[in-house]
Amino acid sequence: MITVDHKEPLLEVRGVTKSFAGVAALKGVDFSIVPGEVHCVLGQNGAGKSTLIKVLSGVYTPEAGELLWQGSGVSIADPTAALDLGIATMYQELDVVDGLTIAENIFLGHELSAGGVLKVREAHRRTRALLARLGHPDLSPSREVGSLSPANKQIVSMARALSRDIKLIVMDEPSAVLDSEEVKNLFRVVRELTRDGIAVVYISHRLAEIREIGDRITVIKDGRTTASGLLVSATPTAQLITLMTGRDVENVFPPAVPIPDAAAEMLRVENLSVRGLFEPVSFAVRAGEIFGLAGLVGSGRSEILEAIYGALRPSTGEVFVDGAPIRTGSVPTAVAKGIGLSPEERKSQGLILEQPVYRNVTLSSFPRFARSIFLNEKLERSMARTQLEALELRPADPDRAVGLLSGGNQQKVLLARWLVHGTKVLLLDEPTRGVDVGARAEIYSLIRQLSAAGTAIVVVSSEIEEVLGLADRVLVLADGETLDIRNAADIDESGVLDLVMKGSAE
Amino acid sequence: MSHQNPSAAPLHTPGRAAGTLRAVLGSAAGRNIGLVIALILLIIVGTVTSGDRFTNVNNILTIVRLASVTGVLAIGMTFVIIGGGIDLSVGSVLGLASVVATLAAVQLASESFWPLMIIVALAVGLAAGVINGIIIAYGNVVAFMATLAMLIAARGFAEILSNRTTQTVRVRGFLEFSDGSFLGIPTLVWIFILVSAAGWILLNRTTFGRRTVAIGGNREATRLAGINVKRHIVYLYALGGLTAGIAGVMLTGRTTSGTSTHGTLYELDAIAAVVVGGTLLAGGRGTIVGTVLGILIFNVLTNIFTQNNLNTSVQAITKGAIIVIAVLIQQRFAARGVRET
Repeated sequence: MITVDHKEPLLEVRGVTKSFAGVAALKGVDFSIVPGEVHCVLGQNGAGKSTLIKVLSGVYTPEAGELLWQGSGVSIADPTAALDLGIATMYQELDVVDGLTIAENIFLGHELSAGGVLKVREAHRRTRALLARLGHPDLSPSREVGSLSPANKQIVSMARALSRDIKLIVMDEPSAVLDSEEVKNLFRVVRELTRDGIAVVYISHRLAEIREIGDRITVIKDGRTTASGLLVSATPTAQLITLMTGRDVENVFPPAVPIPDAAAEMLRVENLSVRGLFEPVSFAVRAGEIFGLAGLVGSGRSEILEAIYGALRPSTGEVFVDGAPIRTGSVPTAVAKGIGLSPEERKSQGLILEQPVYRNVTLSSFPRFARSIFLNEKLERSMARTQLEALELRPADPDRAVGLLSGGNQQKVLLARWLVHGTKVLLLDEPTRGVDVGARAEIYSLIRQLSAAGTAIVVVSSEIEEVLGLADRVLVLADGETLDIRNAADIDESGVLDLVMKGSAE
Repeated sequence: MSHQNPSAAPLHTPGRAAGTLRAVLGSAAGRNIGLVIALILLIIVGTVTSGDRFTNVNNILTIVRLASVTGVLAIGMTFVIIGGGIDLSVGSVLGLASVVATLAAVQLASESFWPLMIIVALAVGLAAGVINGIIIAYGNVVAFMATLAMLIAARGFAEILSNRTTQTVRVRGFLEFSDGSFLGIPTLVWIFILVSAAGWILLNRTTFGRRTVAIGGNREATRLAGINVKRHIVYLYALGGLTAGIAGVMLTGRTTSGTSTHGTLYELDAIAAVVVGGTLLAGGRGTIVGTVLGILIFNVLTNIFTQNNLNTSVQAITKGAIIVIAVLIQQRFAARGVRET
């Protein structure tokens, strides 16, 4: 643990404000970063974290307030100015160019050349050194970035930052695309950077991560710092949540509701497999039951949902809804038979961001409200509004563009879609990705309510704790193979990881 | 990351005059107001430069009559583009339909069977569209390439069928129909009006229109919501082909002839009108009214140039400039849409 008090701050942010079209996104943010620390910035969605990052990286210019870099006032006019000072940013949406090689990406914008001729060999040599420093000597500098996993793209993004003379690196939710092994590597790299005196601004929703990697915390709420420079080791989680949300959040997961013995089997999956993605899997889910799939990224958990839903064509196996077999490999059939999917990538796979909330809610059911081919938008709006009110979406305005809603509210729109449609089986892939701590508890309790109302639910999450907290039973899988099915009450996170490690080793 | 708390609501009701004006101009209806203003300005220019020669009823009917062929193409094109596609083949398919219609005219057993000409032309257009759609949706070929191939092939097919000659149509019933008028408005203009009205209803009031906009807005999300996206894409190109068939009938009637060169480069005029009319080339947003205004703007412009004996090269340069300006204005407003904090 570093001793913060005696160091000169590297960067001081004082009273920074920024607004868009008269709406304030930052109303006064203060904090300071010292060399060699991991400074975590916490805040709910919409608190202003992204705006703050863009101020630090030169994308936005603040309206008021000052930035002090190593003690003297600076203005960061554009991203190049930030890089020249020594501030690099790793965005959440990884900003690498798929068509270029790893080396070309790393030296993009500051290519190594002599008289206009690229020094390819030198670039490759330096790239290899950077990748080795980041714990990935296995990656070849000439590999095309488009063929890399999100985790490896992030390594490239980090290598690019380090290819310059960097003193501060801003990481915007770097762990969102990583599984637990890759997060470990990320932390190892972060520790190494801080040992060299580089400061890291680390942004994450995951409190457990912040506990593990962070030195100090600054909390932002509604564009204002509510606490600055708290020592991670001395600040209890409950206090952080209160600072972020302005209220106390206790039990995150709602208590399980006992499933009646008479509850019918709503979903049965028999020997379902997709060649190359996952081995035959069988399980059954009853009405009112929440069934979890736990495993690492690449274990095949999302693919199982997609195969049940017909978005992937299964190689073998059958799917039964309410006792009757359905034709596999067709999404329209699955939807007609009462299966709904809330996909992993909410924005790119789930919603039409530009369009109003009500159209996103009725996307699976608008033909049913139509008179022959003619739409009945009045009925659609009122159906949407009823469900949105039931889900406590605030404001329950059906005409708002769905892209303007927070992650939590967007998730509610997807739940509303399947409520309006009246599904019997709901498949939830990463239901709380990008949803902030306050809204999470709300989503969890909605999922529990849906289940108690008789929907069979299958939930997948990269956070094992979430699967265990929500589900009644869990299926643990690794590398596409089912390892075990257990009652969620009988296993904990380390138990799941133990199974996974043993399973992968075999 | 986006807004989540209710305090973000003011984003939509800026309350200030400038904000309101911007919001109005940013909406679909507002963009159309911009087009109406542009059209009025052009009409003023026409009136000032040509006076009565421009404003008399006959000239106005001529403008609309000439606009109607590309206008019908542009209505079909609006659907294809809103659905996230493009159809480069409509001009060629128009030519093919006109050749087939004139061949049918020669084969007619009796003059009273002349509606058969229309039926075969529509069937040719529809078939070409279905082929486009199947290749694009089920063959996963990029729309630009699939319809470029159809552009080339349909023209070649029309050349073979017509032996590269221009056939004059002498079927009286057909000529009376196409050259006729009702309530003082020429048949061709009526067809344009009816196709536009049907297009408006189809886009705004039916499940077909909703699916089209949804697919253009986010194809993957629409597929995962349970909509048969591939089948719908076939319907979209079929609709584009059908409008090419209708336009083929109209041009055959207007020129009283069928030839393989009919409709050359009409697809570009149609696309330009659709885009100037405010339809997003990337799909997901667009209006029929905007397309009709786009067509009228281009045709009034052409008329003004003809009335003032200005050469066609200057006309082409002006058209190019209008396209660029319209797209620049559109992007300005599009950027004010969804924004993050």
